[in-house]
Amino acid sequence: MNANESLPRVGPVLRTSGLEKEYGHGEGLVRAVDAVELEVASGETLAVMGPSGCGKSTLLHLLGGLERPTAGEVWLAGRRIDELSEKALARLRRHAIGFVFQAFHLMDELTAAENVELPALLAGRSPRAARRRAAELLEEVGLTDRKEHLPSALSGGQRQRVAIARALSNDPLVVLADEPTGNLDSAATLDVLRLLESLRSTGQTLLIVTHDARIAATADRLISMRDGTFVEETRLTHGPTGRLAELAGLER
Amino acid sequence: MSRALLVFRLASRDLRRRPVEAVLLLLAITGATTVLTLGLVLHGVTKGPYESTREATAGPDVVANVISEPTERERAERRPPATPVDSAGLEALTDAPGVVNHSGPYPLVLASVGANGHTAEAQVQGRDATPALVDQPKLTEGRWVRDGGAVFEAAFATAIGVGAGDSITLNGRSFQVVGVAVSAALAPYPVVSCLSFCSQSGVVWLTRGDALSLTPRRRAAGLILNLKLANPAAAPAFAAARNPKGPGQGAPPGSTQPTLLAWQDVREESADLVRNQAEVLRTGGWLLVLLALASVAVLVGGRMADQTRRVGLLKAVGGTPSVVAAVLLAEYVVVALIAAAVGLAAGWLAAPLLIDPSAGLVGRAGAPALTISTVGLVTAVTFGVAVAATVVPAVRAARTSTVLALADSARAPRRTPWLIALSARLPVPLLLGLRVAARRPRRIVLATASIAITVSGIVAALAAHLDLAADVVDPSSPLDITKADRFNEVLPVITITLAALAAVNAIFITWATALDARHSSALARALGATPQQVSAGLSAAQVLPALVGAILGIPGGIALFAAVGDSMTVPPLWQLLAVVAGTVLVAAALTAIPARIGGRRSVAEILQSELA
Repeated sequence: MNANESLPRVGPVLRTSGLEKEYGHGEGLVRAVDAVELEVASGETLAVMGPSGCGKSTLLHLLGGLERPTAGEVWLAGRRIDELSEKALARLRRHAIGFVFQAFHLMDELTAAENVELPALLAGRSPRAARRRAAELLEEVGLTDRKEHLPSALSGGQRQRVAIARALSNDPLVVLADEPTGNLDSAATLDVLRLLESLRSTGQTLLIVTHDARIAATADRLISMRDGTFVEETRLTHGPTGRLAELAGLER
Repeated sequence: MSRALLVFRLASRDLRRRPVEAVLLLLAITGATTVLTLGLVLHGVTKGPYESTREATAGPDVVANVISEPTERERAERRPPATPVDSAGLEALTDAPGVVNHSGPYPLVLASVGANGHTAEAQVQGRDATPALVDQPKLTEGRWVRDGGAVFEAAFATAIGVGAGDSITLNGRSFQVVGVAVSAALAPYPVVSCLSFCSQSGVVWLTRGDALSLTPRRRAAGLILNLKLANPAAAPAFAAARNPKGPGQGAPPGSTQPTLLAWQDVREESADLVRNQAEVLRTGGWLLVLLALASVAVLVGGRMADQTRRVGLLKAVGGTPSVVAAVLLAEYVVVALIAAAVGLAAGWLAAPLLIDPSAGLVGRAGAPALTISTVGLVTAVTFGVAVAATVVPAVRAARTSTVLALADSARAPRRTPWLIALSARLPVPLLLGLRVAARRPRRIVLATASIAITVSGIVAALAAHLDLAADVVDPSSPLDITKADRFNEVLPVITITLAALAAVNAIFITWATALDARHSSALARALGATPQQVSAGLSAAQVLPALVGAILGIPGGIALFAAVGDSMTVPPLWQLLAVVAGTVLVAAALTAIPARIGGRRSVAEILQSELA
C-alpha cells in the first residue's frame, strides 16, 4: 500500500490559515510571509508569482515543512503539519511531498539513476524496487540513455528533469517547485514545461513558485504575491493544459 | 620587502578573523611539541643534575672499596667476619699514577635502619666531622655529622620519610637525623651501586666512632676510598685497569684487591630510573607529532575549503598564485612556530615534575637545560608539520580558477561506485554515513590514521605495562618498585595526551565533515531523511574509520612496543577487544555533538545559500 493512502483525503490537499513567517528582531524585523490564506485542491496546478524577495520561496518552504511558521497553520491532506516534530515532518516529506528546486540540488557524486532512487531508499524501499522505479521515472522524463551520467555531464534542462523524476520517486501528494525553470534557457524551459504538463494530466497536484509570467500563465490558478502577502488571485481559464507551452510562448 | 609585508598583513588578518580555529591549531601543535620536548629533555635529564652535584660535592672520579669476606663458617652462622679489612690495596691506590687527591678510606658498615615503623637496609659510612677534600656531601637540609647525629642521603631520606630532627635507629641504636645531603660518589637510592658487593641500600653518614659502634667488635665490614684524578675523563680506564673482573664485578672472596667504580658509571646508574620515562615520552612525542600532523591537515583542509572565495578575491585583485600560496602557508607556519615556542617552554617547565627520581642530585630543583639540538629538532619538526600539511592545499588553492573560486564552487566530491551500490542495501544512517565518508577519502584516511596512531600508543602502553610487571623480579625491591612507579606515572601522561589529541582530531574531522556535507545533509532531509538519521549518518562516517583505525592500531601497537621495548609482548585478548570497543564508543560520543548540530541546521537556509 502506498503510504499516501494512509493520509486522510478530506478537503483541499494543502491549506494554510493565517500563515506568518518573520525573520530578525526589532528594527531589523522582516515579515517574509504575512497572513497567508491558501487552499490547493487535489490535482490542481497553482502558480505563485511575484518579484524576487516577495516571500514566494519562504512560503514554499513553510508548505513543505522545511521551515517553521511564526504563526498560523499548515494542513496537508487534512492533517496539521506545522506542529509536527522534525522527525515526523521528515517522514511526511518522504511520502507526501516532492521538491523541485531552481538550483536542481542533485548529489554531484551520484548518477542520474542514483539521484532518482535516493528518496525511495530513504523511504525504506528495497534497492531493486527503488532502481526499478528510478528507471521508470527516467524513462518518463526522457533520460533513459542518461541514467548512468553524473550531473556534471548533463545539461541544465536534463538536470532539472532528473530532479523532477526524483520528486516523483515516492508518488507524492503534492510537488512543490521553486523556480523550476529559473536556471534554464528557453529550450530547456520548454522541456520542463512539457514535463510539468504531463504531470498535471496525470492528476498530480503542483504548486509552482515563479517570477516568470510565462510559466505562471500555464497554471489553473495564479496568485500574485508582494511583500509577503497575496495581493491578487486569478483563475486561469485557458482550457486544457495541453497547450501549456504554446501559451507560455515557448513552442518551437 | 613590500610583498613580504603584504603576505604578513593578509596572514595576520585572516588569523585574527578566525581566532577559535587559530587557537585550536595552536593547542594541537603545542600538545605535541610539549611532549616531544619532555621526551628529549628527559633523555639527558640526569646529566645536568649529576654534574652539578659532582661539582658541588667535589665528587670523586673513582670510588674504590674493599670488604672483609666472611668465612664459610661465619656465613653459615650468620656472623660478621672476624678478620679485619685489609686496607693495603686501597692505600696503594692513593699513590697510583694520575691520582691527585683522595679522601678516606672510610669505614663501611651495613646496618638496619628503623624509621617510622619501617626498616630498611643502609650502608653506613664513618666520616670525619671536618669537610673532606674529595666527596664532601652537600647538605640540602640540617648540618653535617656529629656524635649521635646521622646524615641521610637525600633520595633515601625521601624514600623512608625522614628529615632533619627525626629520630631513627641503626641496628637498634637510637640516632637523631641531623642532616640530609646529596653525593655524587654513588647513585641515589634505590639504584643498586655495585662495588665489592651489590647493595640496594641507602647511604647514611655517621662519625667514624658511631659507625664502628654499630658492629659487635667495632670492626668495619669494609672500607671506601674516594679518588680524584688528574684526568677525570680517564676514570673508566683507570678503574678497568685495576678491576680484575671489570667494574661492579667485585674482587674474588677473601681478596684484598679493591673494586673500583668510575664517576661515568655512577652517572649512568643515576640515569637508570628515568631511562624508561624518557623512552616512553620520546616515542609518545613522535606519535603526538603524527597526530598533530593529522590535526593540522584536517584544519587546513577545512579552512581551505572555506577560503575558496577569499582565494578568488586575492587573485582577482592581482595576487599571483605564489602570493596566495605564501599567505596560506604563512598563517600556519606562524601558528606552528608559536606552538613550538610554547611547547618547548611547557616541556622544559614540566620536566622537573617528572624527574623526582633524581631527588638524590643537587640539580633537581631547577629545570633541566634545553639544548640547542632539542630546540632545533622541536622547531624543525613543528615547521615540517605545518608545511607538510599546508603545502598541498595551499598550492591547490593557488591554482584554482579565479572565476570558480569567486563563485565559491565547492571542491567536487569523490565518487566511489561500489560503496554507493553497497550502501543502498544498508539502513538509512549507514547509507548516508558511507556516502558522506566516501565523498572525501583523504579525510577518512586521516581519521583512520589518527585513531590507528592513538590505539597503537595505547596498545604499546598496555604491552609496556605487562612487560614492566614481568620485569619486577622482586616485589620487595625498592628499585623495581620505584622504576615501576615512575613508569606508571609517565605512561598515563602520554596515553591521556594521545587520547586527548585524537579526540580533538575526531571533533575537527566530524566538524569538517558536517560542514562539507551540509548541502547533501540538507538535501537528504528535504527528501525525507530525519535529523536523527542524518546525525547518525555523520557519526557513522567517523565511527567506521575509527573501527578500522582501532583494528589497525592493535598490530601497530604491538609492533611499536617490539621496536621500542626490544621484546614482543601481546596484551591479553580482552584488553585488546576493550580498546577497540572503547575507541568506537568514544568516537561515537565525541562525534555525536558536531554530528547532531550538523544534522539539524536549517534545510531551507542551506539550500537557499546555494543560490546566493
